[in-house]
Amino acid sequence: MPVTLHADGTPAWRRRTPAAEFIVWSGWFAAVALTIACFQFISDRTIWAFVWDAPTQGADLVGRMFPPAWSYASVLWKPLWDTISMATLGTALAVVFGVPLAFLAAHNTTPSRLVVRPVALFAIVASRSINSLIWALILVIILGPGMLAGILAIALRSVGFIAKLLYEAIEESDPTQIEAIEATGASRAQVLAWAIVPQVMPAFAGITVFRWDINIREATVLGLVGAGGIGMQMQASINVLAWPQVTTIFVLILGTVLVSEWLSARVRHAII
Amino acid sequence: MSGTTFDAVAAARAWRPPPLITAPLLRYAIYLGALLYAVLALGSVEVNWARAAEGIERAGRFLAGFFPPNFLSKRDDIVEGLLESVTMTAVSTALGVALSIPVALGASRNLAALPVYLVCRGIIAVSRTFQEIIIAIVFVAMVGFGPLAGTLTLAFATIGFMAKLLAEDIEDIEANQAEAIRASGASWFQLLAWGVLPQVRPRLIGLSAYRLDINFRESAVLGLVGAGGIGDTLNTAFDRYEFDTAAAVLIVIILIVLGCEYASGWIRRKVQ
Repeated sequence: MPVTLHADGTPAWRRRTPAAEFIVWSGWFAAVALTIACFQFISDRTIWAFVWDAPTQGADLVGRMFPPAWSYASVLWKPLWDTISMATLGTALAVVFGVPLAFLAAHNTTPSRLVVRPVALFAIVASRSINSLIWALILVIILGPGMLAGILAIALRSVGFIAKLLYEAIEESDPTQIEAIEATGASRAQVLAWAIVPQVMPAFAGITVFRWDINIREATVLGLVGAGGIGMQMQASINVLAWPQVTTIFVLILGTVLVSEWLSARVRHAII
Repeated sequence: MSGTTFDAVAAARAWRPPPLITAPLLRYAIYLGALLYAVLALGSVEVNWARAAEGIERAGRFLAGFFPPNFLSKRDDIVEGLLESVTMTAVSTALGVALSIPVALGASRNLAALPVYLVCRGIIAVSRTFQEIIIAIVFVAMVGFGPLAGTLTLAFATIGFMAKLLAEDIEDIEANQAEAIRASGASWFQLLAWGVLPQVRPRLIGLSAYRLDINFRESAVLGLVGAGGIGDTLNTAFDRYEFDTAAAVLIVIILIVLGCEYASGWIRRKVQ
């Protein structure tokens, strides 16, 4: 135990030895110094006059955002429906491709650990590391603006997410149940259907609903790059500086996200 | 197997797994509703096939951009975007984590009084509801274009994420330990330092590492609305149809995201 002596010779308990103390403090010092250096870099690229002006700008912005243009909401129901459809169809498409991918990637169900598994893992990683907005950017260039690009962007991003969480669930499934089914003489497909699928079904449903909830949020902004939904209206309103309309859009998005979060929490609660 | 004839009576009596939703009326209503929704949602997708056909050629050029990607002609832009992204990630994570700790303490029912609890939960709800991009639009309008807007956005998003998950962990702490510290006559801050922090430290470090990873991913798209980072470089490359540069940027993003994910996974395994 690290102990130091007081001047009068009585021992005092310390949490760390002086050497350990020094290491901890130099770690903190390095972290703080690094953060300040990074902030210096950002600060060099900032026009501070604009920042000092921010409270005025903010007040001005809020002043122009209120009162919200509620009448504009009548134009927004169709884009809002499109946004929800994009999220739902994109999630459905992602499930169709993500589930087989998960079974190919899990080490206890993959047909080949040497060839198929690394390929499946790479597909999962590539899908996950590109944000759906970037996928949308690429797809809008290829397919043209519209909902289809948005659906595919959401699906491409969600495939990796669903497959990753699902294959982890498959790998964690209880081997004794698999062994019991195998002992009855079941084929590989039967083992999958009767030993593994029932075990991962709750996880799968939870993952899907969770991703759907995330996708609703993401779908609201995909329109900024032209991929359909309410984001396109938002972009149009921002471009013409129609801030009261933007407020209405924000309120609608807030409502939609809250409802979808409540719904997904309810469904997950019911399943798990 | 081959010798036996199909026995319809036995097949009808064979055991089947119970359905997920037991009430048949509700079950079929849900199936019907899902089918109806799918038809309606698919019906609202408008596809311009002529435009999509034109896109095939662009898709070809985009894919060709990967062989080989062009790191050199826009090297300065890529390096600048990357440095911006990295510094934004570092500063916003540090700032966000520092700010999220008081919010998390306030959002824990076992530490905070009810009014404080409600205010902090409100902050978390607002921060979590809006997509980073939407917050970035507001910050860009307030502090001008550049990485500062992106940093503030990510810090704001970090508060909601960290505070929510940390508050859950604080609410789950072992009450006995906190009570023992309190019984020794400790003040509220001493209670935090010796009763709460030791219990939640692994989670705090793990979540911070995870959020660092998320912040980098997000910093790659904030450039689309002018909030700095490598997304800016990517967007410019797409706008100029410089697909070889875009491919280079995408490869850089994927590699760094992979690195971040690996590092944050390693840190989380170390502390937990």
